[in-house]
Amino acid sequence: MAVTAMAARRPAPRRAKRMPLGHYLGRALLYLVLIAGGLSMLIPFLWMIFTSFKPRQEIFKMPPVIWTTRYTVEHYVVAITRGKFDIYFKNSFIVSGATTLLTLFITSLAGYAFARLRWRGREVVFLIVLGTAMLPGLIALIPTFLIVKATPLAGGNDILGRGGTGWLDSYPGLILPAVGGGFNVFLIRQFFSTLPKELEDAARVDGCGEFGIFSRIIIPLSKPVLAVVALFTFQGSWNDFLWPLVIVQSDRMRTIQLGLTLFRSQHNVEWGVLMAGTTLATAPTVALFLAAQRYFVRGIALTGIKG
Amino acid sequence: MSTSIVGWTQSRKRRGLTAQERAAIVFVAPLMILLLVYWIIPSLASLFYSLTNYSVVLPSKWVGLENYSRLAGDVLFWKSLKNSAYFTIGNIPFTMAIGLALAIAVNGALVGRNFFRIVFYLPGVTSTIALSMVWLWLFDPHFGLLNAFLKLLGLPPQQWLQSTSQAMPSIVLMSVWGSVGGTMIIYLAGLQGIPVQLYEAAEVDGATKWQQFRYITLPSLQPVTLYVLVTSIIGSFQIFGPIYAMTDGGPAFATTTIVHQIYINGFRYFHMGYAAAQSWVLFVLLLGLSIINLRLQVFGFIQD
Repeated sequence: MAVTAMAARRPAPRRAKRMPLGHYLGRALLYLVLIAGGLSMLIPFLWMIFTSFKPRQEIFKMPPVIWTTRYTVEHYVVAITRGKFDIYFKNSFIVSGATTLLTLFITSLAGYAFARLRWRGREVVFLIVLGTAMLPGLIALIPTFLIVKATPLAGGNDILGRGGTGWLDSYPGLILPAVGGGFNVFLIRQFFSTLPKELEDAARVDGCGEFGIFSRIIIPLSKPVLAVVALFTFQGSWNDFLWPLVIVQSDRMRTIQLGLTLFRSQHNVEWGVLMAGTTLATAPTVALFLAAQRYFVRGIALTGIKG
Repeated sequence: MSTSIVGWTQSRKRRGLTAQERAAIVFVAPLMILLLVYWIIPSLASLFYSLTNYSVVLPSKWVGLENYSRLAGDVLFWKSLKNSAYFTIGNIPFTMAIGLALAIAVNGALVGRNFFRIVFYLPGVTSTIALSMVWLWLFDPHFGLLNAFLKLLGLPPQQWLQSTSQAMPSIVLMSVWGSVGGTMIIYLAGLQGIPVQLYEAAEVDGATKWQQFRYITLPSLQPVTLYVLVTSIIGSFQIFGPIYAMTDGGPAFATTTIVHQIYINGFRYFHMGYAAAQSWVLFVLLLGLSIINLRLQVFGFIQD
């Protein structure tokens, strides 16, 4: 503070007037670099889209045909009829949607208990939840697979979880192990803690139960943090690969990310069709990001700001 | 406040558990059941499995530390460790330096500032599998855009992913391209937490832009840099998607990484005990970093 006060007495140097040329050259260089960088980011995406709409003969041309005059949707048709990308897309949508809704519900319920209720063992249980956020998903991969396989009374299993395939290759198997997230609970708890206590005290006096306070007072006030958790959960689930790869066995259950790798390995690579599938796999998260970018940016900052 | 305390003591006398305690149990139960079944028990169980020769099809036998001693002599495992380290060391310096430079560039007054931020972060919201497919096409030695570009510059075409020496650098290139935007956003949040008065004071004292960067920006960003570094190492060491989708570890195991080895051993050969031992080695390698990471996230590394 003392530094600022002392410094304020000196007149500010008029640098902009001294070297205008250098200043403008610097700005020009900055824009040049940013535009080049921006293009290198966009070109792979644009190339993906162009390729997916280009007739087959033009894809295999060197030098490449940049602007085609004959746009075609044939690759999308093939991706759906022969590649079953309609099923994969639907599966990804169901899995990501359900994972997001369940995560929102379960983590906000728990966040309420950690932030607003008084109970013995609260701090210890919260630490355990946070601790799970530290585990790399990989360490649990193999036993989680075996646990899902041993789900009792599912997929031909007996009551002890023997004999069948359990929840392997099923929606619950894809969804439930991905629900939760210690760090989501942390974010939600931090947000709930900042809400004024008077609101719920008034509600309690009026005879409102805890679930009523949670659903009618706390949740409506917490849309910003819930939006952040929902967006990141949906994006993470849509883009997830290793877990679906491990437990999905049939076309019926395949997610779109699995569909892409399968298509690439099964066929003599047809780039047009593969890029059509890739465009379909990319569109939802990019659209979500463009529609809700301020929540994304806030969410990334939230992970770092002291709560 | 007072009403809830009154309610707390009254119901405690009646039933042992207060109304809030009963509600808390119900509210926390779904989360705790999921965490227990799909996280806590499996994590502990994997240590147990790593001491067996479990393989789904055959009855398992306790083998003690045999999996771990076998690991020590597994050429492919060492190769995968080396490859993971190569990828990590190759990718992080570029990602962090470019990410920081971009953050500073798009932090100031700029025409199209928001546009640039969005464009640079675009790969960050796209799945690594989709990005891998796009880059597979760009890297194609015959019809790919990258070789077409090299030709335009009068340079010879490259083999990219199909050469043992270029495959990993190619994956590093794609990865840097895909991660600079995320790093930029985190640094941007860090930059916006630095008090403007520091720069104003330095300006008045006649500090150059470079001096301001060296003595204000960099030191203020130190916690952010630590966070980016730690999360990048943890993430890079576990790279799997692009490896599986682009090269499947090849050519000649030039790009096989630890997680790729775990996947192959566990789910192609069904040597699950052995794969569990490999995942424990990875866990121990990353444990220290994970603890630092969690501390940074919980206690914050950006000034608010």
